[in-house]
Amino acid sequence: MNPFSLNTKTILVTGASSGIGRAISIVCSQMGANVIITGRDQFKLNQTFEMLDGIGHKQVLADLTNLSEMTELIVSLPNLDGFVSNAGIIKPIVLQYNDAEDINNLMQINAIVPMNLTRLLLQNKKINKGASLIFISSINGYNCSSIGSSIYAASKAALNGFIKGVSLELAPRSIRVNCINPGMIETDIFNESTISREELEKDKLKYPLKRYGKPEEIAYSVVYLLSDTTRWITGSNLLIDGGYTLQ
Amino acid sequence: MDIGEFIKNFATQFSVFVDNTHFRDLDEWSSLNAMAILNMISKKYAVVLKPEEMKETNSIQELFNLVNSKKGK
Repeated sequence: MNPFSLNTKTILVTGASSGIGRAISIVCSQMGANVIITGRDQFKLNQTFEMLDGIGHKQVLADLTNLSEMTELIVSLPNLDGFVSNAGIIKPIVLQYNDAEDINNLMQINAIVPMNLTRLLLQNKKINKGASLIFISSINGYNCSSIGSSIYAASKAALNGFIKGVSLELAPRSIRVNCINPGMIETDIFNESTISREELEKDKLKYPLKRYGKPEEIAYSVVYLLSDTTRWITGSNLLIDGGYTLQ
Repeated sequence: MDIGEFIKNFATQFSVFVDNTHFRDLDEWSSLNAMAILNMISKKYAVVLKPEEMKETNSIQELFNLVNSKKGK
């Protein structure tokens, strides 16, 4: 028996259309989970859905910044053994050129939506006893930051604090709540940004392991935290950064 | 004594910008400036430049011309 098996577990993954969320969905399905994926881009969400291993999975197109779409998603869900809050955005912009809307938008998608989603899942009794809730945060905020990412850092650090309180509140029901703090992962999240390819290549060399992480390397840590092997881990912030924050 | 003039005099201790200033050669130029300038162009002139496009310009005039050529497109 594989101790990391997710057989019989039903897992919800947000931001499953691409990048880390896609890898998490695929790896969870390979580990035997029944996966419900959600995202905003129908075409890309369906691509992820086609890559899932096994049968019985479900996809729900939803813009979670819209409270009524979020409520519709919640109502359509079966009870969950795992919830992976992964949806997030990054927009490198130095503080003085942000406007109020930029700040609201980033805080909304990266912090407020995960908090509301968790609240609604609990209020609608969708979280099973013994479930595992995982929030994909970042090293940016809790561990360090970079220019152009002060609001991003604040939005991600909000999750690191959030899980501590929630893990205390849900401990009586053996529900575990944890964050994963990845360093830079190879996804297309920076394709349209103010950071050049050349700068990204230079940035890679700052990692003691001399590369960025791969989406599946985050997915495997999600499997770890979803599995029964980690029934005594709650309120923790798991650092996965190729050694970046050591120096 | 006039504070405006004093500030100008103070500023002359740092780089003076003219149209043919090669901004990348300035001692105080950094990746922070590069990002801030891209953000400024995006917010004030509604032109989104890629970092690679900005790299092809050297002087303020060249950057101005590039932004101007993309404005409204």
